[in-house]
Amino acid sequence: MDIIENLLIKNGLLFAFLLVGLIMFGSMLISKKLLRGKIPGVAIAIFAGLALATFGGKKGLSDIPIFSGLALMGGSMLRDFSVVATAMGADLNKIKDAGLAGVLSLFIGVLVAFVMGVAIAYGLGYTDAISLTTIGAGSCTYIVGPVTGGALGASSEVLAISIAAGVIKTLIVTVLTPLIADRISLDNAKSAVVFGGLMGTTSGVAAGLAATDPDLVPYGAMTATFYTGLGCLLCPSILYYLVSLIF
Amino acid sequence: MTIYGVAILAFCFLVGKIMGSLLGAALGFDGDIGGVGFAMLLLMLINLYVKDKEWFRGESERGISFWKSMYLPIIVAMAATQNVNAAISGGAVALLVGVLGTLACFALVPWLSKIGNNEKQ
Repeated sequence: MDIIENLLIKNGLLFAFLLVGLIMFGSMLISKKLLRGKIPGVAIAIFAGLALATFGGKKGLSDIPIFSGLALMGGSMLRDFSVVATAMGADLNKIKDAGLAGVLSLFIGVLVAFVMGVAIAYGLGYTDAISLTTIGAGSCTYIVGPVTGGALGASSEVLAISIAAGVIKTLIVTVLTPLIADRISLDNAKSAVVFGGLMGTTSGVAAGLAATDPDLVPYGAMTATFYTGLGCLLCPSILYYLVSLIF
Repeated sequence: MTIYGVAILAFCFLVGKIMGSLLGAALGFDGDIGGVGFAMLLLMLINLYVKDKEWFRGESERGISFWKSMYLPIIVAMAATQNVNAAISGGAVALLVGVLGTLACFALVPWLSKIGNNEKQ
């Protein structure tokens, strides 16, 4: 047993390929046979991944040594590499057409998420500008939150809340996007560009669009990639200043 | 050769990341802003140039399309490595902020998608 376990740990990335292959196969089967294609197999596979992550800790299932290869396979290097590859089928003209709406959606996306976060935190009893700003930033993405909180010197409790809020956002975007894509007319390149800019969580946008329509992935990923940087610039500076003026 | 495609992809990726990091540094932010976006633009531009070239078609192209098709499984692996427990245990504040903040942005998608449409018609 030990010999096999060690072998699987040593060749973690390859074991991850095998595992994900099995998850995909099972999900496609469930989607086709049990649900008659009502929920896309990819969405089921992603959901299965999230469910499996609860068995681990901070890094999900990959905290368990035998599954550590998942962290490399699903880490930012290979993820970004494959996201860039999706640009192969993308149409440059469609991105140009969506340019203005895309840039606007980035700023509005950061602002709306931030204001919502601050308002809810205030409603639930937080009154100091640092905590409010940190939670508002967490409402952008789970990276903007801790970066902002770290810069402002927020308490660790508030930092944890802001990270959790960002992670919840990623999960919701992942799970909900394929379900409500029709209702928000997320069915063309331009709306995908806007969607990426408004949501900003690269992982959530990438996963949500993948489950909705893989052809839309490059357009959403393109704008989402600017979001976290923009949030990290705006939240601890201008937005914190504005919050501190009010509270 | 397949490696040509992979090499082009890696080139775009790295140049994009460098541009993103430089933009970040220029704006005083320790990190990469839009690196993936720059890389994608670069790949699209290079693709316009090489797509009809003899040496690129076929095998070389497959070096890129392989990674394109690995994208979904990689996302599944990523999902399995998220801190889902933290999200669940973050409490009411985190839950409300995450849910309501996200729903508000969802609602804006159709509205913002219309921007720029009128000018062309």
